[in-house]
Amino acid sequence: MIRKLIGSFGIAEILLALSVLILVLVVAVPVILILWTALFVNGSLNVKDIVNILSRPDTYEALKNSLVIAGGVTFFSTIIGVFFAWLVSRTDLPFKETMKVLFLVPFMLPSFIGALAWKMLLSPRSGYVNKFLSGLFGWDGSLFNIYSLTGIIAVETMYLFPFVFIQVAGALERMDPTLEESARISGAGLITITRRITLPLMMPSIAAGALLVSLYSLAHFGVPAILGTERGIYNIPTKIYEQIYQSGGSFVAIRTGTILSSILIIAAGLILYLQSLVLKAGRFQVIAGKSMRPMLLKLRSLKIPLLAFSILYILITVVLPTATIFLVGSLKTYGIRFTMENMSFDNLKYILFQWKMTKDAIWNSFYLSLAAAFVTMIVGTLISYTIVKMKVRGKFILEFLGVLPFSVPGTVIALGVILVWSGKFGINLYNTAWIIFVAYIARYMAFSLKSNSAALEQVDDSLEEAARACGATHWQTLKDIVIPLIKPGMVAAFFLIFLPALRELTTSVLLYGPTTRTIGVAIYALNEDGETVYAATLASVALVIIIVGQLVIKRITRSRIEGV
Amino acid sequence: MADVILEKVGKTYGKHRILSDFSVTIQDGECFTFLGPSGCGKTVILRLIAGFERLTDGRIFIGDQLVSSATDNIHLPPEARKIGMVFQDYAVWPHKSVSENIVYPLQMQKIEETAAKERTLAAIHLVNLTGLETRMPFQLSGGQQQRVALARALVSRPQVMLLDEPLSNLDANLREEMRFEITRLQKQTGVTILYVTHDQEVALAISDRVAVMDKTGRIRQVGPPDDIYEKPVDPFVFKFMGISNFIPIEYRDGRLFIRESDALIGCPVPEGDMDRLQSHELIAGCRPYDIELVHQEGHTQGKIQRVIYLGATIDYRVAVGRKILRVQQDVRDAGQGGVPFRTGDSVGLKFRDLKWFENRGIDAEEET
Repeated sequence: MIRKLIGSFGIAEILLALSVLILVLVVAVPVILILWTALFVNGSLNVKDIVNILSRPDTYEALKNSLVIAGGVTFFSTIIGVFFAWLVSRTDLPFKETMKVLFLVPFMLPSFIGALAWKMLLSPRSGYVNKFLSGLFGWDGSLFNIYSLTGIIAVETMYLFPFVFIQVAGALERMDPTLEESARISGAGLITITRRITLPLMMPSIAAGALLVSLYSLAHFGVPAILGTERGIYNIPTKIYEQIYQSGGSFVAIRTGTILSSILIIAAGLILYLQSLVLKAGRFQVIAGKSMRPMLLKLRSLKIPLLAFSILYILITVVLPTATIFLVGSLKTYGIRFTMENMSFDNLKYILFQWKMTKDAIWNSFYLSLAAAFVTMIVGTLISYTIVKMKVRGKFILEFLGVLPFSVPGTVIALGVILVWSGKFGINLYNTAWIIFVAYIARYMAFSLKSNSAALEQVDDSLEEAARACGATHWQTLKDIVIPLIKPGMVAAFFLIFLPALRELTTSVLLYGPTTRTIGVAIYALNEDGETVYAATLASVALVIIIVGQLVIKRITRSRIEGV
Repeated sequence: MADVILEKVGKTYGKHRILSDFSVTIQDGECFTFLGPSGCGKTVILRLIAGFERLTDGRIFIGDQLVSSATDNIHLPPEARKIGMVFQDYAVWPHKSVSENIVYPLQMQKIEETAAKERTLAAIHLVNLTGLETRMPFQLSGGQQQRVALARALVSRPQVMLLDEPLSNLDANLREEMRFEITRLQKQTGVTILYVTHDQEVALAISDRVAVMDKTGRIRQVGPPDDIYEKPVDPFVFKFMGISNFIPIEYRDGRLFIRESDALIGCPVPEGDMDRLQSHELIAGCRPYDIELVHQEGHTQGKIQRVIYLGATIDYRVAVGRKILRVQQDVRDAGQGGVPFRTGDSVGLKFRDLKWFENRGIDAEEET
């Protein structure tokens, strides 16, 4: 009798409990602790301190900068994303398919490496482009100063606009062409149709993409850290880092951090809530089947100029910075000319085989990403299965907790992990690799949940029930039917975590200890120390790994790259 | 093989009650069909028997084993119930070949490998899939996939086979073929079959007995197909089994008229029911082909409102008084009596057969 009970509905409860436990421990507790530390001092509510800290000029300035950067990046990303999405899906632009893939490339590139490249190109005095132009025209000053809010906004936009692009291009492709055709039959011209039919139908996708950009930009660390801090421009995440780094982890600094983090949490929650509203409102979008022949706008004489413009955009935003990283990375000294005799593989040899610091960083990143990706993949499968497939009471708690990882920025995760795992609750992981490992799990759980849930939703319930009817127990069904069917989704989840974790900067930079630098941290530190050439060399190693990894993912999933 | 007994079964989802006090006994070796409109809870019954859902009230026996009981909190998991199940969407595992799909139940029973292989091949032969053993599901047609599902459900020699609308995703020709196939398989294996459908044609074709259910999840009638069709117990069953006319009748001067009209119905008065007829407690029902259309006068007179040519038959809407009747005529009959009727023609109607039902708001129900 007891065995029967365990056999039938025990599993559901066990899985639910386990999933809830992991999510609570890894995601919920850190967030709650941050809010708690921000609001309470010695157990009593302390609003005065909060007001004090927020009205301090430097924190106030950081808040303002965050808003300005997020606003600017969202604005420009939306314009660029919508324009290119429309260009590749609704016009007769040549090489559309190739262009579509190329526009997604910035997705894969770590933005802080991009920032590093742009620093080399456009820093006021030594930037290559500035030097070249002032040499050409004999100017004294520089054309463009990358160390500014404008510079930060420009670089972030280059790497974040694909969020809008992918949403809008996807929606444009899926839109039922008969919606437009019927408008045309009713006598509307192409301009009217675009304005009255297409654009309103695309609004939810545009808004969803824009909100995603604002979410990422608001909590973005890498670009402002490289381009802003040098000139005293801070946003919220870099301010948190500066506070904690300078004070060596003092309580006041951590408390300031938690207050700033709370603002990020609230803002992120708000953005995600808005996004869910927008997506709900967008339900009416009619998505058609396969046969789609959307009306294509004939570009005529604009065809070649627009193609040239798109290619130029890719060249400037993708090829130029990437090439810069590779070229600078092989220079003997920063600042000398790019001639054959000035370049060699010595730097590469040095950082890969001789220098302990970089060797350790590469090794740390590798095993941490590998372990985090593996564990997060498995745990994500478990949680997604419980959310998608189980009929069990109390599931709504899990659904709520499952959304949480999507909304918690990396800086916040790092701070929360410090609060939880630095001895306060009996376990001290500070300065060990474990604390980074735990943080990675929290940071990338969202990717795993998304990928696994999508895969599980494809598996019809009747496939599982058929196995049960055939005499398979629940575990056997999981092993023989469910896991084999969602394996592609699990593998995708693994790589979706492994690759970004490999070059992670935002959380690692707050958590690393003397022996636990990661690739991201090492590149950042080298740049800070003025070792620009080695920073570039290590960055080119990271880029090679990323490019190879992306090709592997492509091979495995064979589907379109999806926005995560 | 075993009989299946549902005893006062009840099922609720939250506040929503699907079934209550539902009792039925399915005999060993019988092909039993639950027939009802969508949303009547017939699939829930199947899922309760399979063990995918838990009972709220009552008990279920398979053979002499109590598999579910709400009061004793017994719930045998599906895998322990020795059932075979076929789903509407086939549920053939896409990552396993035909033979891998079919051998799976035997692997779960830990049947020794050579014996399992033999039985798998026999099952594949039984459903006429020999030669396709190594095919993957995506290489099979819908009908072939459904055969795989059938073989997989049969191969472990289950006590009971549960079929949930297994034919509704197939096209008309395949449906007919598979209908025949299921009957043949049942005769060959003697397995108890529980079949769920909303398609009365399938139900009539394959079942030993049919249970007709209404929207509230109650059984209106249980019986062999000809009983259900010929002797429906109430207007609901009559209507559910095919196109139907309900005619309110009035008894005047020893003859039957359509109520509140002079339209005479040339049919014998039902015996012994004179009182109820007079107090309008009875209503007559007839099928479209129970009415004969004639050119002569002297019968109930009507006017053709609409003619639809259906190939073998011609479908008419005929206005008699204020009442619209559906009439169907064999194409050849129509030819014999001269030309088929046209819209606007006046016709005589001869009623061949009338069924009498208690009149409980049927008039209103029919109009909707």
